[in-house]
Amino acid sequence: MSVIKVALVGQPNVGKSALINSVGNARLRVGNFSGVTVKKEVVRFTRDDYDFEITDLPGSYSLTDYTIEERVTKHYLDDNDYDLILNVVDSTNIERNLYLTTELLSLNKKVVVALNMTDEAVKEGVHIDENQLGKILGVSCVKTSAVEKTGIDELIQTLIKTYNLRENRFHLQFSEVYEQEICHIVSFLEEKKVQCKISLKALAIKLLREDKDTYLRFHEEPVWIELQTIVNEAYKHLYLHYDTKDLDDIFNDEKLALTKGAVIETVQFDKQEKQTFTDKIDSLLMHQFVGLPIFLFMMWGLFQLTFEVGSIPMDWIDAFFALLIDATKSFLGDTELASVIADGAIAGVGAVVLFLPNIIILFLGIALLETTGYMSRVAFLLDGFFHKFGLHGKSFIPLVSGFGCSVPAYMAARTLKNDRDRLLTLFIIGFMSCGARLPIYVLFVGAFFAEHHAGNLLFLIYITGALLGIIAAKVLKMTAFKGDDEPFVMEMPKYRLPSFKLIWHTVSGQAMMYLKKAGTFILLASVLVWFASNYPKLPEIEQQYQVKIEQADNERAISALNNELAQYKLEHSYLGIIGHASEPFFAPLGYDWRMAIALETGLAAKEVVVATLGVLYGLGEEQDEESSGLIEKIRANISLPAGISFIVFVMIYLPCLAASMVFMREAGSWKYLAYLFVFTTATAWSLSFIAFNTAQLFT
Amino acid sequence: MTLDNLKKGQTAVVIAVNAGKELKNRFSSFGLVKGAYVYTEEYSLAKKTMEIRINKTRIAIRSSEAEKVEVV
Ligand SMILES: Nc1nc2c(ncn2[C@@H]2O[C@H](COP(=O)(O)OP(=O)(O)O)[C@@H](O)[C@H]2O)c(=O)[nH]1
Ligand SMILES: [Mg+2]
Repeated sequence: MSVIKVALVGQPNVGKSALINSVGNARLRVGNFSGVTVKKEVVRFTRDDYDFEITDLPGSYSLTDYTIEERVTKHYLDDNDYDLILNVVDSTNIERNLYLTTELLSLNKKVVVALNMTDEAVKEGVHIDENQLGKILGVSCVKTSAVEKTGIDELIQTLIKTYNLRENRFHLQFSEVYEQEICHIVSFLEEKKVQCKISLKALAIKLLREDKDTYLRFHEEPVWIELQTIVNEAYKHLYLHYDTKDLDDIFNDEKLALTKGAVIETVQFDKQEKQTFTDKIDSLLMHQFVGLPIFLFMMWGLFQLTFEVGSIPMDWIDAFFALLIDATKSFLGDTELASVIADGAIAGVGAVVLFLPNIIILFLGIALLETTGYMSRVAFLLDGFFHKFGLHGKSFIPLVSGFGCSVPAYMAARTLKNDRDRLLTLFIIGFMSCGARLPIYVLFVGAFFAEHHAGNLLFLIYITGALLGIIAAKVLKMTAFKGDDEPFVMEMPKYRLPSFKLIWHTVSGQAMMYLKKAGTFILLASVLVWFASNYPKLPEIEQQYQVKIEQADNERAISALNNELAQYKLEHSYLGIIGHASEPFFAPLGYDWRMAIALETGLAAKEVVVATLGVLYGLGEEQDEESSGLIEKIRANISLPAGISFIVFVMIYLPCLAASMVFMREAGSWKYLAYLFVFTTATAWSLSFIAFNTAQLFT
Repeated sequence: MTLDNLKKGQTAVVIAVNAGKELKNRFSSFGLVKGAYVYTEEYSLAKKTMEIRINKTRIAIRSSEAEKVEVV
C-alpha cells in the first residue's frame, strides 16, 4: 500500500480543517475566524488502498514568515517531504485566494485545488468553470463543500490520480517580461548543470524574488560568481520595465495579474444584492455607538444563563452525590475502604461533576462566539480600548479563548507577530478566568449570595478579571515590554450560521474532556487528598479519646468528643501539617488551613480546588449526620469576607500545571514562568488582602 | 488624501501604498494595492479603528495604518 502525504494549504478561514474533518472523519477544531489552526496537525485515513497522511497547516494569506504560524507553513512547504499540496480555496472570494495559489504553484510541486464553499458560492451567484481554471493553472480543480459534504469522493480520486502522475509540468505563465528573465536564468543553470531539489524554474523564480534561503545556499558555491551577474542583469531589466526597485512589488504585481486574468476567464458573477446578510447584521453589531453595549449585554446574558439554567440540574447532581456517599457508607460500613471511596473519590469527583451544566453553557457561548464570525468583530470594537492599554487588537482572540481554557489560548497567541506583543498577551491570559475556575465561583457565589444576584456577580467577576488583566498589561507594557506598536490588520469573516452538528461536536467534545478529567485526574487527586488528610494514623490519641468517650455520661458529650477527635486527626494529618505550615502566608487573607490547601492543590488543576474542598469539609463533620450538599458546607464553614477574598485569589493566581507548561513552551524560557508565578501570586495576594479587609469593614 | 480621511460609506481608489515591506505584502495579499477600490464600512468609537472592504474582503485596520494608504 502506498502512502500519500498531503500538505493542506490555504488562506485562513477557507474551510481547510472542516474539509479534512469531512474527508477523513477527523475532529479538528473549526471556527469562523482566522487563526483557529496554529500548529500543524496530521490526520491519517485509508481509502481505495491508499494510506493518506494529511497535514493540516495554519492558514496563510501568502507564504511569508511574519508570524509563528505562518512560519510553520512556509517551513513545512520548503523543508518537508510531501507528495502533493492540497490547496483549499474559498470559492466566494476566489481572486484573493488564487493569489496564494499562484505562489504555491511556483514551488513546482504537484498541486490539487479544492474549490471549497461551493454551497455559498452558488447562493451568492458565483459560477466557476473549474475545468477551464484547471487548464489555466495546470492543475486539477475540484468543487467541494465541507459542510454539505459534496465533492469529497471526487477530491480523493483526484488526489490519487495526481499522486500517480509521473511528472508535473510547470504550467504557470507569468508576463512575457518576467518569463523572459526566468528563461535566461534557467538556461544558464542548465548549462552549468546545477543540481537542485526543486525545479530550475522554481529556483529561478526564487532568485528573482531575492529569496534569502536560496541566496544562503548558493553564495558560497563557485557558480555564484557568474550567476550573480546574470541575476543582476535580470533585476535591472525588471526595474526598468516595472519602474520600481522593489522585487516584492514586482512579483506581487505578477501574481495579481495572473489571478485577475484567471478570474476573468473562468468566473462569472451574477448581479449582487446591494446589501448582503453580513452587511445588515454588521450595521447593528459593528455600530460605532451601540456595538460595544450590545456585546456587553450578550456577555451579561451568558453569565445569567450560566447560573440560572445551570443551577437547575446542579441541585439534582448535588443531591445525587450526597446520596451516593451515604449509600456507599451504609453499604460498606464504617471502614477505611468506605471512607476512601465515599469521602475521597466520590466527594472529590462529585464536587467537580456538579458544575458540568455551568461549564456546558459557558462553552456553548464561546463556541457561538467562535463559529458565527462575531469574535473578529468584537476584536475590532475593542481594538481602540485595548490599544490604550498597550495590547494588540488581535490579542482579543487568545484572551477570549482563555475564558474556555488557558492551554489553547497560549497557543492562539502565535498569531501575534511581534514577540513582545505575544509575551505580553501570554502574561495576561491567566487573568481571563478559565472554565475550570467557573466551578469555584459558582460554588462561592452560590453559597454566599442570593440567587437573583448570582448571575450578575459571575458577570462582574469575569469582567473584573479581564479589566485587571488589561491594567496588568499596561503596567507590563510600561515596564517590562516597552516598544512600538505593531500594525493591526485583520480580516473580518462573513457571518455564518453554525450547523447544529458543529456546535454539538465542539461543546460535547469539551464536556467529555471535562468529565474524563473528573474520572481520571481528579479522581486520583481526590484519593491522594483523602490519604494525605487521613494519615498518619494516631493510635495513641485515638485511645485517649476512646477512654474519654467511654467515661462520658451523656450523648452530647460523646458527640462533642467524637467531633474533637475528627478535627484533631485532620489537623495532624500530612495535609493538615502542610496546611498549617502555609497558614501564616494565607492568614492575612482570612483563609483557614483547608482553604490554603485547596489553593495549593489548585496549582495542579483548578478543578482540584473544589474537589479538595469537597473532601476536606466532608471529613470534619459529624459521622452520624446525613451528608449535606457541598454548597451548604461552604456556607457553614467559611465567612463572607474570606469567601470574597478567596474568589479574588482564584481569579488571579497561576493557572494549572498543564497551562503553566504550555506557557513556558510558548514563552520560550522557564524564567518567564518564574516571573509569571511571582507576578500573579503577588498580585493575587495583595488584591485578596484588600478585598478581605474591605469586606470586613462592611460585615 | 489618505484612507483614514474617508467617511463611512465612501468609496475610493488606491493610488499608492507607502508602507514597509511586511505591511505592504500583507496589504497586497488582501488585494489592497494600487488601483484597487476601497469601501469604508465602519468606524469604531473614537475613530481609532476602521473596517474597509476590498472586493469581497473585509478587513479591520487602525487609522495609523490607514494613513499609509493614499486614495482619491
Ligand atoms: N458554507 C460553508 N461553510 C464552510 C465550508 N467549509 C468550512 N466552512 C465554515 O468556514 C469556517 C472556517 O472553517 P475552518 O475549517 O476552521 O477553516 P480553516 O481556517 O481553513 O481551517 C467555519 O465556520 C466552517 O464552518 C463549506 O464548504 N461551506
Ligand atoms: Mg483550520
